[in-house]
Amino acid sequence: MKIILNNKTEEITGFEKITVTELLKFKNFTFKMLVVRINNRIIKKEEFDESVIYEGDNVMVLHLISGG
Amino acid sequence: MKFEEIKEKLKDKIVGIAGAGGLGSNCAASLVRCGVGTIIIADFDTINETNLNRQYFFFEQIGEKKVEAIKVNLLKINPYVNVITIDKKLEADDITEVFSKCDVIVEAFDNAEMKKMIIETVLNKMSDKPLIVGSGLAGYGNTSEIKLQKYENLYIYGDGTNDVSEENPPLAPKVNIVANMQADVVLSILLNKKNENNT
Repeated sequence: MKIILNNKTEEITGFEKITVTELLKFKNFTFKMLVVRINNRIIKKEEFDESVIYEGDNVMVLHLISGG
Repeated sequence: MKFEEIKEKLKDKIVGIAGAGGLGSNCAASLVRCGVGTIIIADFDTINETNLNRQYFFFEQIGEKKVEAIKVNLLKINPYVNVITIDKKLEADDITEVFSKCDVIVEAFDNAEMKKMIIETVLNKMSDKPLIVGSGLAGYGNTSEIKLQKYENLYIYGDGTNDVSEENPPLAPKVNIVANMQADVVLSILLNKKNENNT
């Protein structure tokens, strides 16, 4: 399926839907401090396992780094 | 636009800055130099000698509250600027209250967890408010890696990789670059300048 991930169209091969946890694994995102949004909904860390992303969804995965 | 016109447009603007460390103190100084009329700046910390490698403070100010010292320093640049200080470690509820009247909010915290907190709060509760974040600015070198990620009203500047550690401290040049990229996009937003790379 195709989704928009961080402003780019991305093919998620082999999935018809995917949870946030599965997406992070699929993309090899290993960052600790994340802000995740599906369409206009912010997803909390404890919801990553059950939050499902479908074809055409607009997903933002930001990782934040310390320093300021 | 002439500088006089820029100053005239900026004098009624309010910029909120969450943190008066490396990003916040330097960003505030640039905004005041350009003529932003009101700065609301929040921090709970005091100045330590180790802060002087990047923050807009002076040796004689060691031990002072950062918000008090930055107010003094900003007023030295422009005695007509209105500086509102919040001496507090901000939590989610404070963000919406403290920055409700701001035209733009600058994220200038040091730790990633606080950065996450302000992004989630602003996206959830005040998503029409532009928020400018700095993330990834430790060490030196590779400044061409510092990029903008933009999502609607959310702007994130940084190299996206350089985490602060004992062996990779934040230092004036790179911290200043990010702080001033934040200040520059604040100007673009406040002056309504459409720039393909920035807004």
